[in-house]
Amino acid sequence: MTDLLITNAKPYGEEAVDLLVRDGVVAEIGTGLTAEGVGTLDAGGHVLLPGLVDLHVHLREPGGEESETIETGSHAAALGGFTAVFAMPNTDPVADTAVVVEHVRRRGEEVGLVDVHPVGAVTTGLRGEKLAELGTMVSSAAQVRMFSDDGRCVNDPLIMRRALEYASALDVVIAQHAEDHRLTGGAQAHEGAIASRLGLAGWPATAEETVIARDVALAREAGAALHVCHVSSLHSIAVLRAAKAQGVRVSAEVTPHHLLLTDGRLTGYDPVNKVNPPLRTGADTQAMREALAEGVIDVVATDHAPHASQYKDTEWAAAKPGMLGLQTALSVVIHTMVEPGLLDWHGVAQVMSERPAEIGNLPDQGRPIAVGEPATFALVDPDAQWTVRGAALASRAANTPYEGMRLPGAVVATVLRGRITARDGKVVA
Amino acid sequence: MKHLLSIADLDAATATGLLDTASRLKDTLLGREVRKLPTLRGRTVVTLFYEDSTRTRVSFEIAGKWMSADTINVSAKGSSVSKGESLRDTSLTISAMGADCVIVRHPASGAAHRIAGWADKDAGTTGTHTSIVNAGDGTHEHPTQALLDAATLRERLGSVAGRRIGIVGDVLHSRVARSNVLLLSTLGAEVVLIAPPTLLPTGVAEWPCRVAHHLDAELPALDAVMMLRVQAERMHGGFFPSAREYSIAYGLNERRLALLPEGAPVLHPGPMVRGMEIAPAVADAPNAAVLAQVRNGVHVRMAVLYHLLAGAPE
Amino acid sequence: MANDRRGDVGEGQPPARELLSSADVARTIARIAHQIIEKTAFGPGNTADLVLLGIPTRGAVLARRLAAAITEFTGVAPAVGSIDATLYRDDLRRGPARALVDTAVPEGGIDGKLVVLVDDVLMSGRTTRAALDALSDEGRPRAVQLAVLVDRGHRELPIRADYVGKNVPTSRAEKILVRLTESDDRDGVLIERPEAKPAEPTVGAAAKPAEPTVDREERG
Repeated sequence: MTDLLITNAKPYGEEAVDLLVRDGVVAEIGTGLTAEGVGTLDAGGHVLLPGLVDLHVHLREPGGEESETIETGSHAAALGGFTAVFAMPNTDPVADTAVVVEHVRRRGEEVGLVDVHPVGAVTTGLRGEKLAELGTMVSSAAQVRMFSDDGRCVNDPLIMRRALEYASALDVVIAQHAEDHRLTGGAQAHEGAIASRLGLAGWPATAEETVIARDVALAREAGAALHVCHVSSLHSIAVLRAAKAQGVRVSAEVTPHHLLLTDGRLTGYDPVNKVNPPLRTGADTQAMREALAEGVIDVVATDHAPHASQYKDTEWAAAKPGMLGLQTALSVVIHTMVEPGLLDWHGVAQVMSERPAEIGNLPDQGRPIAVGEPATFALVDPDAQWTVRGAALASRAANTPYEGMRLPGAVVATVLRGRITARDGKVVA
Repeated sequence: MKHLLSIADLDAATATGLLDTASRLKDTLLGREVRKLPTLRGRTVVTLFYEDSTRTRVSFEIAGKWMSADTINVSAKGSSVSKGESLRDTSLTISAMGADCVIVRHPASGAAHRIAGWADKDAGTTGTHTSIVNAGDGTHEHPTQALLDAATLRERLGSVAGRRIGIVGDVLHSRVARSNVLLLSTLGAEVVLIAPPTLLPTGVAEWPCRVAHHLDAELPALDAVMMLRVQAERMHGGFFPSAREYSIAYGLNERRLALLPEGAPVLHPGPMVRGMEIAPAVADAPNAAVLAQVRNGVHVRMAVLYHLLAGAPE
Repeated sequence: MANDRRGDVGEGQPPARELLSSADVARTIARIAHQIIEKTAFGPGNTADLVLLGIPTRGAVLARRLAAAITEFTGVAPAVGSIDATLYRDDLRRGPARALVDTAVPEGGIDGKLVVLVDDVLMSGRTTRAALDALSDEGRPRAVQLAVLVDRGHRELPIRADYVGKNVPTSRAEKILVRLTESDDRDGVLIERPEAKPAEPTVGAAAKPAEPTVDREERG
């Protein structure tokens, strides 16, 4: 069942080869390979990448099943080329106990399309007041390796200090949603010319930058691993660069939408463009692309945030922030990074698979395409073009900001440990 | 004109056309015993207010009634809104009942844009047509207030083009200021915003106006000054230290009134906080155009309804 | 005004035939002025009663011309003004919103007065009807009369002019163009026959389809 012959695939876009998979592991790589009684995948000369790993998704289960479930989210992930995702804990109930994280993990396994790794809450109820039982979640069946209060910032510096110190002994990473809530009260949009004209309360870039600056100092002193979620402001880049130069164990992610979209889209007040942190300026998107190419930003993570229409088809202020991302992420990265020559396919593999797996502490994801390694792949047709239709995406919700947009690159197939999970735009159950 | 959502949608010719209509309506009705025109007979105008505003709602209601439209007031309180119905469902329900025009006041910026978008989408399937008028949305815009201010300035100054108009106070939270900056600059005036930096939005540098922080220095060169309401509770947000200090630095008192050129009109969108941004003696001085603004408000809103509803639907 | 088939001719329109020359217009206005004087007994000692109210734009011009002529003939000036009937029209919904024009009721008002409404062309009567409604909201005249430069027929309402400069039998498809130096380049009244291309529908034409005579006339 997990034996597979993949023919005519170009690993990282290089020379076409055949790969023979036995028991989910690459057994042989060569040309003209044959095997009896084994399923085959004709790769059609497309680009083979290690399966994509997303450090930041919201699967909404439990509690938000009207917007997404672990099943529908797994479908979207497989179709987007992902083989592992990290599910954020802002569910209802919050994933701040072993019971909840184990439930998420088990549901992911039952669906079986993508490795679903629950992210545990840093503080109970995401309230930022008291540490959740990190150790219990680490040693639970869910084997939590990342903690975050995402959606909320661990705003209290003392709580953040304790979290980092405590995490350092558990060998887990604290992923911070960097937003000083005192500076973003009522914020609705990037603080700048457009928000001021639209009368939307501003989310200043300084609210992100100052928390990152504080946290890298705390991480340095604690000797802990800090991951910065969804960096959005160009000013944050300098802070991250300096911290990395000092040897602080800090990593950072950028979302596809912060690579492509700007606050210019807000003028019609369509809340599909409402997201936290907000869409910023063209200068910011350009800085994000350069920082990702340079490595100051380590990875792309989607912040896939489904919201049912009743949460989006409202006035701007009432709408929930967030946008779909799993099925469009690779295309946006191709458009913003590969096409302008900022990343090659090795680079894409690094920012969307290898480095995320490393940060998330996943030993069998983001591995090289080589003999003896897990057969976990995304097969990509870089020349394909497609038009995004929210209603056609696998997620329960349809809140894609790319509606009607033509994007390059399509995931032809996704393979998880030798098993095809998606092929030609359809989930293989 | 299909909707009136933002002053940004009006070019100089359209804005001037509205003001001309307003002034002719005013002349037409002046001194008449029967203040009723048959123009909008059979048209239905609904005011949908999610915020209390007697002033604006009554002004629109009188405007509609003087044009013979059937005017119905829906207050968010006591309606299905309090049952948790969405803005989309409420506004589409009112359209479906046959409203030709819905006048919306809502605390969320962009609410009127959203309602117009839903109405247009619905019109595409049902063939009904509802015009939406923004009667104040959050801290975004209040287009008819800017139009009535411009009408008042035209009356007092003869024209708006080439004049220098100061807007003083809480620009950050003011939809009146946003609409006025756009309209007055479109009509060729020079606009100066005068406020402490804490009450100016980030990004104001890209607005079509100049920014200043010292009121005394600007007053002698202004042709007119517009005082914005400053809510005392803003000091709790740290926007200024105290009502007293604000009043000292930015309040229009009699000494400052004397700095203005003689007869320069003083506008205020109301309600005034006497003793805060405007001294009682200034509010009652001959320069004060506050009641003229209110009077012009009715004619400007009649003009808006006329331009939206009297002609064939677009 | 569109329903009365007057207004400006665009470039490239078919040539128009002159019905009244500049001199004819002057003579016609003088004649109407004499008729008004005769019928209203206006003159020294009886000036308080008469108000001439023109319907903008060209009716207002004509009202001023008539007032000037009456002043010349009697030595005393009648009250003159204008009344915009736009807000009372029954065809507003058939086109884009129309700009309003000035209403200028002379000092002293119209209550108890003899008002002579003045317009350039009388056709359907709908503009006159709107003006009568506007008038009744302005006040209560003793009586209202109507003076027009051209009566072209095709009435759709029971309205009749008291003073007519010239009766012009027309087809609905034709256009009557009144030119007055105050608003145009010169004085004159022109008639424009459309070519084979049918005229765009108007309120009158839309309310009642054109008679077959139109086609005959166009062919002729």
